[in-house]
Amino acid sequence: MIVGIIFIGLVAALIWSIFYGRKVIRTEKSDAVFGNPVRALGGWHWVVAGVCSILLFWFWFSWDAARAYFPIAGNELCQVAKLTRAANPIRSTFPMDDERLLLGTKLLDRDYRQIDHLQTQLASTNFSDADREMLQEIIDEMRTAMAAHADADELDSSVRMRMSAVAENIHGLAEALAQEGYPGPADPAMMAEALAQPGWGETSVELPPLPMTERGRKFDAASVTMQEISDQYLGVRNVGPALTARLDALEGRIAGFTIDASGDSADVAAREDLIKQIEKIFRRIDDGRIFPPDVTTDVEQALLVLDREQRRQQGGLRYINAIAMPGGEILAGNNACSEQGSGRWLPKPSDTLATFTRLANPNEGYKGFPLLWFKMKPISEMVAFIVPDWIADLVPGDYPRHGTDGQVQSNFKSKVYDIATGNFDSPSIPVPDGHIWDSIVRVLMGLFFGILLGVPLGLFMGLSRFAKGYFDPLVELYRPIPPLAWAPLILTIFGIQDDGKIFLLFMVAFAIMVISARTGATGTQLSKIHAAHSLGASNRQIIRQVILPNSLPEILTGIRISIGVCWGTLVAAEMLAGTTGIGFVENVARKQSDYEIIWMTIILMGLLGLLFDVMMRWVIHKTIPWRGKG
Amino acid sequence: MSDLTASELNMVFNTPHGGTVHALKDVSFTLKQGELLAVLGPSGCGKTTLLNIIAGFQHPTGGSLHLGDHEITAPGVDRGMVFQQGALFEWLTVADNVNFGLRMKKADPAETSRKVEEWLEIVGLQGFGRTPTYQLSGGMQQRVALARCLINDPDLILMDEPLGALDALTREKMQSLVLKIWKETGKTIMIITHSVEEALLLGERLFVMAPRPGRIHKEYHLPFADLGLTNDPREIKISPEFVETREEILTMIWNMEEEIMGKTETV
Ligand SMILES: Nc1ncnc2c1ncn2[C@@H]1O[C@H](COP(=O)(O)OP(=O)(O)OP(=O)(O)O)[C@@H](O)[C@H]1O
Ligand SMILES: [Mg+2]
Repeated sequence: MIVGIIFIGLVAALIWSIFYGRKVIRTEKSDAVFGNPVRALGGWHWVVAGVCSILLFWFWFSWDAARAYFPIAGNELCQVAKLTRAANPIRSTFPMDDERLLLGTKLLDRDYRQIDHLQTQLASTNFSDADREMLQEIIDEMRTAMAAHADADELDSSVRMRMSAVAENIHGLAEALAQEGYPGPADPAMMAEALAQPGWGETSVELPPLPMTERGRKFDAASVTMQEISDQYLGVRNVGPALTARLDALEGRIAGFTIDASGDSADVAAREDLIKQIEKIFRRIDDGRIFPPDVTTDVEQALLVLDREQRRQQGGLRYINAIAMPGGEILAGNNACSEQGSGRWLPKPSDTLATFTRLANPNEGYKGFPLLWFKMKPISEMVAFIVPDWIADLVPGDYPRHGTDGQVQSNFKSKVYDIATGNFDSPSIPVPDGHIWDSIVRVLMGLFFGILLGVPLGLFMGLSRFAKGYFDPLVELYRPIPPLAWAPLILTIFGIQDDGKIFLLFMVAFAIMVISARTGATGTQLSKIHAAHSLGASNRQIIRQVILPNSLPEILTGIRISIGVCWGTLVAAEMLAGTTGIGFVENVARKQSDYEIIWMTIILMGLLGLLFDVMMRWVIHKTIPWRGKG
Repeated sequence: MSDLTASELNMVFNTPHGGTVHALKDVSFTLKQGELLAVLGPSGCGKTTLLNIIAGFQHPTGGSLHLGDHEITAPGVDRGMVFQQGALFEWLTVADNVNFGLRMKKADPAETSRKVEEWLEIVGLQGFGRTPTYQLSGGMQQRVALARCLINDPDLILMDEPLGALDALTREKMQSLVLKIWKETGKTIMIITHSVEEALLLGERLFVMAPRPGRIHKEYHLPFADLGLTNDPREIKISPEFVETREEILTMIWNMEEEIMGKTETV
């Protein structure tokens, strides 16, 4: 219901924004030259159009729209799938669907090839002349026996009759399907049970399997009949007195052959192998699934008739199937139906949102940890985190020792130590917490250290021959290495929790920041430095007042790139190891094939990355409006 | 007394291909305090090089250079420079550009802002203090550059084609401004220009330089700058004396260019 409304809303928004955009384009034609940079600013109506297109495609390709608008169609298509499934044993013996050859053709082709193989094997195996002659006869007889299966003259008349019965039954089913009242009035109890089933997508079974409509009951009933016909068809084998006598004789000859056990043991083994092969192929001839070509034609024709009828009876269902459920179809299993193709691997927006709402609930979270929430944390813990313990060591004096009365007198030094280790009472304040927060903090920490060390080094390298030459090999050597290649090493050294990941991200951000700060510093116009010099600025002042601001555009662009790369690296690093973070969530979901959570984390990562980038764009816009205008 | 004395200045550049360019050869002159010197010459005759050496941005390969008693070895606040393209700090406002030198000296902020106001008024930019520099027109930017240089109270003002990129009208206004400042402050000014008219109008003294190797070809002492303080520059420009000198110099430069072309053609 809601999905239906949203879908219509999206279509409306898309159409509106396209029309609005076209109107703007028309005015643009009269007032602007082609290539006017103003056009590159885009327009928010096109943003609306783009977003709507993406969402519409998602709703459509994941079958969410189909589920919203045709909830019954899913159930009915399930019944159709049941009929298809019931007919499959017969269909697969004919060149229909994915098959290209008649079953008999295929079997003959394969068996002849194997007999040819036997022939060459016989030629290369060491037999006495008499034995060889005998075996040659057996092989020849096998060929003839096989050919006899396809010979209409050798066919037992009962086979043809039983085959006709199958064809007739199929015709009968097709006729029944075409009838108005088929399969008769519904059993009210069954109907009530069917209607009480949970709807499409409400449970893990996905599609309600019991037929809920008249059309559905038709196909359901037909599928039961078809199942019987299929069993009947599989029971028909090409056997009869003539063929049996021939095969018995052949079997006797094979059994009567004694393997010459004299001579080389390798030779004996080769002889035994050949006989084993002969027996294997003989057993297959025995199967009786090869018929004269015209015997199965009736069944094939009947199947086509049934096919046509099945399609006719589906009516509009076929169009719903083709248009609203792209990229896959509904298949029936033993006692349930399921979506296959994009309906399966592409989670539906509404399901994804439901999963997200479920996980966003801080009491639920994922693996006992909320996605993004807050927790109360005592201030002392934060103090302990920020203040290093060795501060206390710097305080003059000694740590207290207990006296003879067994009492410990604290002194100033020990009190400083208590504070540095967070060993004091303090109120708690709320701090953010959760998978998302952990990921964000890691990125920001890595970025922070990368900027803190990378920018000065980059500027230094841009200003000093020594620094450029000395640090260049180091930076240039490790920069091209994909960050994830470091991951196993770094995670081993620094641990799989925050430290390792932050260091990894630091390495990523550091290289980028060095390069961009260096480019910024070397790109400073000489005349500006000259001007600053003749205005009395010292070297230090020139760095601080001229070169640094002049490098800001490059540095900010570097930060923007770093955030993007760090984000990507982090998620991958979290998938490698760790117990929190968005990448961790996705990794666990991957192991459990939970497509909705996977999809949700993917979207979350995209949105957060976008958020970072938008923020950086805003910062760039605010801090360096003068960029490129010097 | 802080006269500028150059003796036997030589500048030889090494080109990337192993050759050498003799940008300045045995340049000697004295510029007395309070003089206004214009420098003219065909492109590539070493004008900018000379100015850079005086400013202290480059070291001459030979000869010596003194401002007053001090030898010039490095850039300093006693020599202010105005560049062809403002070389303003585009991330700062007009006021912050103008007071850059004072801030570097850590001068008293109240005093600084008073001076900034004063100088903005002199160059005709009152009220623009808070405007970001990148929003100014080319002429306004040159005024800011002028104010930024003058607020430091340098002994010698060096200008490298400061008005080259301006339109004719703005240019005339700026020329009067330069003359006005010259008169009111009594500074020594050295101005490089491509325009013969401008050189004649502004220069109390005028060097015409010749290329390959760069040297002072001819020196003039001109009355027009003094006249310009009282008379209308346009009238000066049509006076027969002005026109005669202008034609003479134009022919001279024209011949030099011809010679260069001839030289390159025979090579
Ligand atoms: N850094 C340098 N390296 C090599 N040659 C240089 C360098 N700087 C200047 N030159 C050469 O010195 C000569 C004088 O250059 P300069 O810039 O002083 O000319 P200019 O008179 O200012 O010309 P313009 O009027 O075009 O500005 C030119 O031939 C130039 O090629
Ligand atoms: Mg020049």
